[in-house]
Amino acid sequence: MGLRLTLKKAIELLDNKEISLKEIYQDLFEKYSQENNQYNIYLSVNKNSFSEAQTKKDKPLRGLPIAVKDNILTLGLPATASSNILRNYWPQYEATVTKRIKEAGGVVFGKTNLDAWAHGSSTETSDFGPTKNPRNPQYSPGGSSGGSAAAVAADMAIASLGTETAGSIRQPAAWCGVVGLKPTYGRVSRYGIIAMGSSLDCPGPITKTVEDSAILLQLIAGKDNFDATTSSHPVPDYQKNLKKGVKNFKIGICYIDHPQLSQTLAAKATLKAGKIFECLGAEVEIIKTSTQLQKNRILTHEYAISVYTIVQRAEVSSNLARYDGIRYGQSREFFGHEAKNRIILGTFILSKGYAEKYYLLAQKVRRLYVENFKQLFSKYDLLISPASPSFALPLGSSANNPMFGELQDMLVEPSSLAGICGLSIPMFLDEKTNLYLGLNIMGNYFQEEKILQAGWVFEQTTDWNSWKN
Amino acid sequence: MTYQPIIGIEIHVQLKTASKMFCGCKNYPFGAKKPNFYTCPVCLGLPGALPVPNKKAIEWTIALGLALKCQINSLSKFDRKHYFYPDLPKGYQISQYDSPFCFNGKVTTSQGEVSIRRIHLEEDTGKLIHASVNGKKVTLIDFNRSGVPLIEIVSEPQIHSPAQAKECAKKIFQIIRYLNLSDADMEKGQLRLEANVSLRPKNRQDLPNYKVELKNINSFRFLEKAIETEIKRQTEILLQGKTPVQETRGYNAEKNLTYPQRSKEEAADYRYFPEPDIPPIRISSQWLESIKNSLPLDYETLLASWEKSYRVEKHLVSLLFDTHHQAAWLEKLFQKAKRLGIEVRRLVNFLANKKIKVNLFAHEEPQKILDLFHEQTQTISIEVEELERAIDQVIKHNPQAVADFRKGKKNVLNFLLGQTLKLLGKKVDPKQIIKLINEKIS
Repeated sequence: MGLRLTLKKAIELLDNKEISLKEIYQDLFEKYSQENNQYNIYLSVNKNSFSEAQTKKDKPLRGLPIAVKDNILTLGLPATASSNILRNYWPQYEATVTKRIKEAGGVVFGKTNLDAWAHGSSTETSDFGPTKNPRNPQYSPGGSSGGSAAAVAADMAIASLGTETAGSIRQPAAWCGVVGLKPTYGRVSRYGIIAMGSSLDCPGPITKTVEDSAILLQLIAGKDNFDATTSSHPVPDYQKNLKKGVKNFKIGICYIDHPQLSQTLAAKATLKAGKIFECLGAEVEIIKTSTQLQKNRILTHEYAISVYTIVQRAEVSSNLARYDGIRYGQSREFFGHEAKNRIILGTFILSKGYAEKYYLLAQKVRRLYVENFKQLFSKYDLLISPASPSFALPLGSSANNPMFGELQDMLVEPSSLAGICGLSIPMFLDEKTNLYLGLNIMGNYFQEEKILQAGWVFEQTTDWNSWKN
Repeated sequence: MTYQPIIGIEIHVQLKTASKMFCGCKNYPFGAKKPNFYTCPVCLGLPGALPVPNKKAIEWTIALGLALKCQINSLSKFDRKHYFYPDLPKGYQISQYDSPFCFNGKVTTSQGEVSIRRIHLEEDTGKLIHASVNGKKVTLIDFNRSGVPLIEIVSEPQIHSPAQAKECAKKIFQIIRYLNLSDADMEKGQLRLEANVSLRPKNRQDLPNYKVELKNINSFRFLEKAIETEIKRQTEILLQGKTPVQETRGYNAEKNLTYPQRSKEEAADYRYFPEPDIPPIRISSQWLESIKNSLPLDYETLLASWEKSYRVEKHLVSLLFDTHHQAAWLEKLFQKAKRLGIEVRRLVNFLANKKIKVNLFAHEEPQKILDLFHEQTQTISIEVEELERAIDQVIKHNPQAVADFRKGKKNVLNFLLGQTLKLLGKKVDPKQIIKLINEKIS
């Protein structure tokens, strides 16, 4: 059955000498050797992790193992971004997030599978095969941080790091029944993370509990002199107010009046979550969706799909230009179909005469989402919505459907474009399929404290978390 | 039909900031012990690396803009310029597209004012080295230069002669050196000159429908010559009733001719878009003010003030210094000289004509230079008896010369003067000696 440890619990047990690091690592390696072939979660594993851990016993993370998405550069393990282009690439330097994790006593246990270059929402576009959802291996874990979410769900990691461009943390967390936190853009450094959509990319924790997310965010958040887009906004103590509840919070429910969404289980579960918050002392109301920028209305996510596609494809085509076949040992033929698609579309978008029509226009519409959220957060403390419109999809259903990722991510794209923070936590379990729905709790810029606070009390009040004591 | 040349110039200059444009690597490509010595993930363009702009480089770009009377954009940004070349490790160069730090400046030349369209900041590329390794021809890449701050100064096509192009480029060079932003050594590629040349009939006002870009120009003299020869070439084509091809041409200094490098009939599409890794840069009025305050006295104003207070010739005194630090040193020297009653104009002429051998800025104190000047140019007075004794001796030892003089060979006097000075071993006023010799032997 395994140890099923959360970060918090593991630290407690270690401090009380009720468990040893050796037992923890033995358990993980055992689980890894028994199940990794089945789920295809780890692309590489750190054989020295236990000996590294022993030198870190006195640090905040006590030498505990952390799984890391394979588009994050860590010394001592390859970083492939799940692409054949980088299949033999060993980084020469360490990403800021893992540097901070390591300095705080964490150990990189292994590197997890993702959609190649993080292009997708199913982990099926990985050049190294799809990851299977540990909750039900017939289904996709979501993506692109599917490996990191699956590692946590399968108890093959105590906690993990993922990255999100639009939904890539929150959607796999939802599908795998775990907690995923997408911080405010600029809250966590992107240095050393293989760039996808540079104006959107954001690393964040994927954990078993909300408290674990708070612990990890604490370690990775803050200004980084190697990333000019990080903010010097002060980093609060995320555990300080964690358990204070949502009393007197004003919460708005978004998107569930959309015709494609209103009858779904996801919408119903979100309404129910609203009721729970109400019982906990919050003031909850439904926000109407609007096709225009209007006061106290949320702008429809439908424009966001176009805006997101244009901005992200343009940035992808630029960011992948360095894999020119001269360095990294593999020629450009090794790019997968999805990457080629995106490079071609992005190149077109930025071409002379079209950049104004597409890219610059998209940036203008993007400002509307920023304005919209700013206005809404002047009234509401938090906004909630489903993290995904559906349960995990069966494996293989994303093939031959290039817009699959966008449809899945449509609920998180507006907030990603605006750059605000969001937390996905389990809000429903389908007993028949053993699959979960996730609740997306969104907060204003640098309000991670508030979304964690709401997430924690929801987690405590409901029965959906698999690791609750 | 007569034609008027329409010329614009582009100057690239490497800034000599301590570190590179977007990373902390030492900016010292010529001092590196070996290729790829001063490199890091950022200037190697490795996956996940991010650029962080160099504040000093931005301030220096703005300083140059102010010195060239530019307007400064209060909100500026960097953009990505995409093209494929092995020395460009990211597949794009971080440059500036539609909001350069500086625009609308001017340079005054003897043939009229030339507007500066823009000055922007970007990163230099790596360097390709074509070599033979184990008998195999290979191309190697050295990234020591990758990410070195590079400013680009673009003039409007308002230059109408090769000489004016040279003068304009030289003025910009002088100001860059004066501000001490770059060593601007053309042999090292720290300053690169390009010119756009086309011709239009004398009676027309619009721009011609073609232009030829001249590259590979590595001195101001060659800039002038390259444009001259290009004008000749284009004139011949136009006189045949044809239009020169829009293209990039190199200059061969040995043969003094331009040759085609790359056809530019279709403009390259660089797919510019705002660099998402660097937030837009706001130049606040406070920041701008502090840059203004850090500027030395304007170069032209300085020369004019020296001309006025010391009666020095501008073109001579400008030969003496490059940087404003050196100018400040000279100012101290001039003030001191003036106090000591030394004629600064004469001092400058002496120094400029290299009549005395002094290493100008090596000495801490201008006093040492003045001592040297004094020693090597001033005569000393001696007792008349001592002088007479020496002359008598010279006359006694050179009877033949004295005889020649008396026969009318007047230039023998100089010989006798030399002999006397040699005997004295001191710098005595030659006029006084000649007068005495004359009296004695006439």
